[in-house]
Amino acid sequence: MNSSQTRLTLILLLSPFLLWLGLLVIIPHIDMFFLSIREKVAPRTYETSLANYAEFFTEPFYWNTLARTAFMSILATVLTLIIAFPVAYYIAKMLRGKTKSILFLLCLLPFWVSELVRTFGWMILLRETGVISSSLQWLGLIDGPIEFLYNDVTVMMGLIYTSMLFMVVPLVSTLDSLDDSLIEAGYDLGGSKLSILKEIVIPHSMPGIISGCIVVFMLTLGNYLTPILLGGKSSMWFTGQIYTQFITRFNWELGAAFCFLLLIVSSTIVWLGLKLSGQTLASTVAKS
Amino acid sequence: MKAIKKLTTGAVSAAILLGASQFASAETLRLLTWGGYAPDEVIAQFKAETGIDVEVTKSNNEDMISKLRATGGSGFDLAQPSQDRISGAQAEFDIYKPIDLSKIDNSLFIDSMLEATKNTTMFDGDVYGVPHIWGTSGLVLDTKMAASVKDYADLCSADVAGKVSYRLKRPTLIGFAFSMGLDPFAAYGDTAKYQDIINQVTDKLISCKANVKTYWSGGDALMNLLRSGEATAAMAWDTGGWKLNKELPNVTFVAPTSGALGWIDTFVLPRKTKAEDAAYKWINFVMQPKIASMITNVAGNFTASKGGDVEVDPELQKRFKASFSQADIDNIKWYPTVPAGLETMEGKALDRINAAK
Repeated sequence: MNSSQTRLTLILLLSPFLLWLGLLVIIPHIDMFFLSIREKVAPRTYETSLANYAEFFTEPFYWNTLARTAFMSILATVLTLIIAFPVAYYIAKMLRGKTKSILFLLCLLPFWVSELVRTFGWMILLRETGVISSSLQWLGLIDGPIEFLYNDVTVMMGLIYTSMLFMVVPLVSTLDSLDDSLIEAGYDLGGSKLSILKEIVIPHSMPGIISGCIVVFMLTLGNYLTPILLGGKSSMWFTGQIYTQFITRFNWELGAAFCFLLLIVSSTIVWLGLKLSGQTLASTVAKS
Repeated sequence: MKAIKKLTTGAVSAAILLGASQFASAETLRLLTWGGYAPDEVIAQFKAETGIDVEVTKSNNEDMISKLRATGGSGFDLAQPSQDRISGAQAEFDIYKPIDLSKIDNSLFIDSMLEATKNTTMFDGDVYGVPHIWGTSGLVLDTKMAASVKDYADLCSADVAGKVSYRLKRPTLIGFAFSMGLDPFAAYGDTAKYQDIINQVTDKLISCKANVKTYWSGGDALMNLLRSGEATAAMAWDTGGWKLNKELPNVTFVAPTSGALGWIDTFVLPRKTKAEDAAYKWINFVMQPKIASMITNVAGNFTASKGGDVEVDPELQKRFKASFSQADIDNIKWYPTVPAGLETMEGKALDRINAAK
């Protein structure tokens, strides 16, 4: 194949990706940026200014919501990791053959239906007249109905449930690549379970941990359905705030500014996470 | 910036055209409306008489304005926002087209309602809307469990703690303002005074938040809350209460002592409507007394059609009379047109309430 043919192949292979990137990511973001630095001074007249960003910093309830969203997302990521790691280790290291695939499939199963359906499922279970509340009453464990919905704990549980798979998959694939003989060697050299976990298993699975964390964190921070439906009146989620600005307040300018603030915050947190763990994007997300 | 905008709109409209061309075989009227306003049998009859297909998209006030704003007024041929949301939205976003009143059969309308709507939807000397359906919002109560609730402000009393639901939207602000003895409509023209009213209502609604089960956003969600008894007192539309009354005799619509809030949903032409003639045909068709009755029976609300209640289900008439005495009807607070800019103030207040603990 001569060089012009190679180039043509490259262009053809790249063009769907470049079109997608250009038309659906870059151009809308540029448009959004210009929208965000526009201030409405009177009906149908706009001026370039940073008023929308100033609005965010001067109104405490806006940045409170963003801070809360970021904090809850980090917490959800850490909790997901703590819950998913033993699951992934069990699937990757303790099981062989058919049971391994079955268990892996069981992790996938809830994702065969859409997030909306899953969330409504949780609402049916958790509402005041829902399945859990009425079964507990029937068993005589509680006297009156309990409302499980519309609080932070429920939102957290919903977020972890939605993100589990995205943590388990990268973890299983990195743990799979860990040679069992390394663990055996660790025991032969007199290592305890804890020191083997600390010195061998975790360092080896670091790329999987980091890439799982990045994906889960991004998904959680940008999640809309779960916090809004399960959180109800106390949801206070930043994506909900963006939706409200665009759809019910007709304030696209402020909504666009919020989009950029969310983008900046999430990028910064991911960058910090990579720095602190000494990993790079290439060694984590690209690898697993 | 301009070039980019052109490029994106070009790409988007190409995509939309591709999708639309598959359906646009016969003449089609794309109607942006509320649930129940265009029942299937009415659409079928219209198709039989005129050969025009009607494609219905269900929506609400904010959603209609947002959709039309996003496309600059294209994508739909006829829309039905409330009469108070027309001239303000037109001033801000230029999304509607004036109505040609000569193409409308005036004799089909209740005169007073047509005149009132013409006045409220006037912008720059042009009329933008004609009335279709009217109704009120007020309280939907379980009259046994929430007997103490007589007005919006009573939703914050301890008797109904944790059993209350309302929307986090502007009718809630307005309703609470009236029940607190304030008159927000009179302050529409005075920004400082209006801000003061909004601030008082915001404080009230924040302190009331603990009483609220959850803020409802869709009619079905509210129905479920009331049906299951998880909520016993709500702020909602009259039809919601009457619908529930059919299943649960205890639950019904109650006009609050400070006055139910009256709205009129209208017909407006989006700025880039493609089937204007079909739109006028549809308006004149649905305002005929017989068709208007059919719509009332489905939507649950009465229309601005002269004699449009002739064939309305007597049960519905009975429910209406049970909820509204003559004094209640006289006490209805009709929404005056919202001046441009007020909604920004209200929006911020609602954000503050939403973010409060």
